[in-house]
Amino acid sequence: MRIEGRGLIDRSRRLGFRFDGRELEGFAGDTLASALLANGVRLVGRSFKYHRPRGVFTAGSEEPNALVTLGRGAKQVPNVRATVQELFSGLDARSQNRWPSVGFDLLSVNDLFAPFLGAGFYYKTFMWPRAFWERIYEPAIRRAAGLGALSGETNDDAYEKAFAFCDVLVIGAGPAGLAAALAAARAGADVILADEDSRMGGRLLAETEEIDGKPGHLWVDGVLAELAAMKNVRLMARTAVVGAYDGGTYGAVERTGLHLADAPAALPRECFWRIVAKRAVLAAGALERPIAFPMNDRPGVMLAGAVRAYLNRWGVAPGKAVTLFCNNDDAHRTARDLVAAGIEVAGVIDVRADARPGGDFPVYPGARIVGTTGRKALKAIEIQTVNGRKTIATDCLAVSGGFNPTLHLTCHMGGRPEWRDEIAAFVPKPGAVPGLDAAGAAAGRFTTAQAMADGARAGAEAAEATGHAPVALDLPAAEDAPLRVQAYWEVREPGRAWLDLANDVTTKDVRLAAQEAYTSVEHMKRYTTQGMAPDQGKNSNVGALAILADATGRGIPQTGTTTFRPPYTPVSIAALGAGAQGMGFAPRRLTTSHGASVARGAPMIEAGLWYRPSYFPLPGEEGWEEPCRREVLAVREAVGVCDVSTLGKIDIQGPDAGRFLDLVYTNTFSTLPVGRVRYGLMLREDGMVLDDGTTARLGEHHYLMTTTTAAAGQVMRHLDFVHQAHCPDWDVRFISVTEQWAQFAIAGPRSRALLDSLLDAPVDPAAFPFMGCGAVAVMGVPGRLFRISFSGEHAYELAVPSRHGEALFRDLAARAEALGGAPYGMEALNVLRIEKGFITHAEIHGRVTAFDIGLQGMMSTKKDFIGKGASQRPGLSGEAREQLVGLKPVQGDKRLSAGAHLFTPGEEVSAATSQGYVTSVGPSPVAGCWIGLGFLRNGRARLGEMVRFVDHLRGQDFLCEVVGPVFHDPEGGRARG
Amino acid sequence: MRIPCPICGARDRREFYYYGAEDYLDRPGEGADPSAWDDYLHNRANPAGVTRDLWYHDAGCAAWLVVERDTVTHEVLGAELVAGRRAKR
Repeated sequence: MRIEGRGLIDRSRRLGFRFDGRELEGFAGDTLASALLANGVRLVGRSFKYHRPRGVFTAGSEEPNALVTLGRGAKQVPNVRATVQELFSGLDARSQNRWPSVGFDLLSVNDLFAPFLGAGFYYKTFMWPRAFWERIYEPAIRRAAGLGALSGETNDDAYEKAFAFCDVLVIGAGPAGLAAALAAARAGADVILADEDSRMGGRLLAETEEIDGKPGHLWVDGVLAELAAMKNVRLMARTAVVGAYDGGTYGAVERTGLHLADAPAALPRECFWRIVAKRAVLAAGALERPIAFPMNDRPGVMLAGAVRAYLNRWGVAPGKAVTLFCNNDDAHRTARDLVAAGIEVAGVIDVRADARPGGDFPVYPGARIVGTTGRKALKAIEIQTVNGRKTIATDCLAVSGGFNPTLHLTCHMGGRPEWRDEIAAFVPKPGAVPGLDAAGAAAGRFTTAQAMADGARAGAEAAEATGHAPVALDLPAAEDAPLRVQAYWEVREPGRAWLDLANDVTTKDVRLAAQEAYTSVEHMKRYTTQGMAPDQGKNSNVGALAILADATGRGIPQTGTTTFRPPYTPVSIAALGAGAQGMGFAPRRLTTSHGASVARGAPMIEAGLWYRPSYFPLPGEEGWEEPCRREVLAVREAVGVCDVSTLGKIDIQGPDAGRFLDLVYTNTFSTLPVGRVRYGLMLREDGMVLDDGTTARLGEHHYLMTTTTAAAGQVMRHLDFVHQAHCPDWDVRFISVTEQWAQFAIAGPRSRALLDSLLDAPVDPAAFPFMGCGAVAVMGVPGRLFRISFSGEHAYELAVPSRHGEALFRDLAARAEALGGAPYGMEALNVLRIEKGFITHAEIHGRVTAFDIGLQGMMSTKKDFIGKGASQRPGLSGEAREQLVGLKPVQGDKRLSAGAHLFTPGEEVSAATSQGYVTSVGPSPVAGCWIGLGFLRNGRARLGEMVRFVDHLRGQDFLCEVVGPVFHDPEGGRARG
Repeated sequence: MRIPCPICGARDRREFYYYGAEDYLDRPGEGADPSAWDDYLHNRANPAGVTRDLWYHDAGCAAWLVVERDTVTHEVLGAELVAGRRAKR
């Protein structure tokens, strides 16, 4: 019911919306909750476990009941708090956890079984048989209990992440936060003022008390106008600061598009912020808490401050005959405001014996509520007064059990709050989060005057701490009446009394937990699920631990709180993962030949962050084996072309470059002649192989190192470490040039013929012997030619500046085809190198030594190198090691698979008897069958033996012959010739 | 967590790669006993309190840093360049 003349809504802008298919109307400035209440909609959802009817309970982000689903299809968003969601034209909301409708819910039968459904019910009941856990019990329970659901469709809405930096972050824009922001900003500090509400002002928007003789929201407008005009201030409404982290970092989520009727597609729905602040002021206010009493969960039972907010900010009367139940003076303000608005207050039931009448409404001092009636909405309450029992007809009961400072963020780094008897509440422990200071109600200073003064102090101190001289602030006159609260948590009378409305946890559940020895507050929480719903116990934690304290005979401070963890309010995974959907998950690195490869129909496969062609299919070819075999034979018999730009290229220069390479490689590079290339092996300091590759000497003080594609970053980091940690005074510098050069392998007997047709001058065999390198010109473009081979054939690698890469690839591929060759992809490259026994990171996977791969001879005895000392430890060489071997199936039609294990024929097949494993396999045209590389215990002494090849995953079990790892041209004549 | 890179200024820890304890800087000499290598590679103090460890400014200036921090309070007490450390000795 709307009250004329009240509220900060814009009555000139009517907004049509739908709730469960009903067409309703509200005003600009409404939340979904205020608009529903204005339309008399009291039943908005069903409870999590018992499917009990529930209505709006709060007016803020702590709402436990009014969770709805917004939107349809892929855009469907579940568990939206109606109290936070701003109304817009065309908003389409649906209630949750009910079937077929919120008014008639078949699963409300659960409520009849409530006596059996207490805490621990699931653990005690659904125990046997174990096979039912996942297939029967869990799906059944999940159907019966729950909240809203996702659509299951991919949501491609835009979300965003952003970073912000400031001197002072002020969290909350109520009286304390505004004063803090003003004090810090006037002192000259860079200020961010963030508030989760769509409109800044906090409680000042919901009160009738005046500031300097004017309505509070006008003072707010004045302060906001001043702040908005300052260049050093950033105002962030709709931004909930949800977590406090190390180093002054705060997480925040901004609702950027969720409140708009026709948000542009490019506008993110939410933005996740990381705000780095030198100082922060927590001015998040306080949350009112309820009192538990029998049947306190009916629609119409609300928090007293929320009732006042709906009346004053949104001009909505949540009932026609309102009653109040309280233990403090603040609730009486709600009664006064209601009466002033012409709404009947049927009674204020105050548990305090000394409560006095304060207006035109009956007050029942020393009284309590012992029961309520009304199936789908509250109809009446029964109270116990000092003079006996009495029933009062009422459709709205406003409850206040005092206030809990919103101190969550101060506890995000392990801090525990401190209990203060005089306000019956926990307050933040100062310094619990370095640089974060709580002010105002968040620090237990509840009056408006106290909050402003405290905020101004905190803002000035924060500014001063960041190097800005504080400026005195003239604070306006404001309300300063004490709260006067008497601790009171529950009415102990027959009947269920809810603590956690969101998870359907009652006082009885907490007492049951205590009785069953779950006396630690953390155990009680997990046994009852109290505090584990989307509201994270904002309405119930303190009440629950007070009852646990009572049940265990301890005090509240001794019982303590559970751990506060981020986020303060729910954050959608989409916001946290913004930008990481689909191709955003990882950066894509594309070679210059990417487009040309895709145009040739090559399937692209990932290699680290790079994408490389798997094979280049010709018309009529099927699968990968046919083109792979053709491409292998093209290299062996004619010429193949392959983009090898993805290999890491590190340019190393300086007088000490050779000496530096001698330290990082096992073999020697300082003696390498200019114009020559050498294969190098690099170890980690623990003696295991880190990487391998070729390094060319381009000049006296100039080397070019290549690394494995996926290990390029790791090798760069390693070189930086070795240089900076062990030889910072050596005159050597290096930089990655991977992306500066496009490089192509030209491999096969006709490779030289191809190059001679392309290069400005024919290849001079004297200048380019095997493992030679030097400058060449490619149609006038300066390039580099390396005579190296990863295929075992006479081969070269030609590098040109990247901008010429695509053109060169197209040209090379065409010339290769003209010579009876072809471009080749990863599959062929892999087969070619397996046939030659060349290793990749499938073999050097981090647990193999130089000895294991048969390269112990490359470890220099004449110099120190990284990994030398550790590689000489016992156990890293010898017969017990698994050593690199080749494998051939005895029956030629068997397909090998990587990951298989090797066993001695006749012996048991078990993890303990494994003799080794297979690392790389491929169909070899040279061998005429599949071949593999693998590691076999004492393998080099077992050539010619049979081993049993077992792959349980693929159901393979057959014999292989152990052979040397080089299947093709073991003498190497083809590459050298 | 923010690390004060001496070259780039205070940066989010996501820009850095963590390696391990400062001990990695004191590499045993050639011919050292296997137990010296074992200590160098594996044996660490794991203190509750101030610790010094190695971070690499991967997404920044590529400097290796010794970062001093408190494992109990998470406070980062400072950072110095690995390369500058030897010069100071």
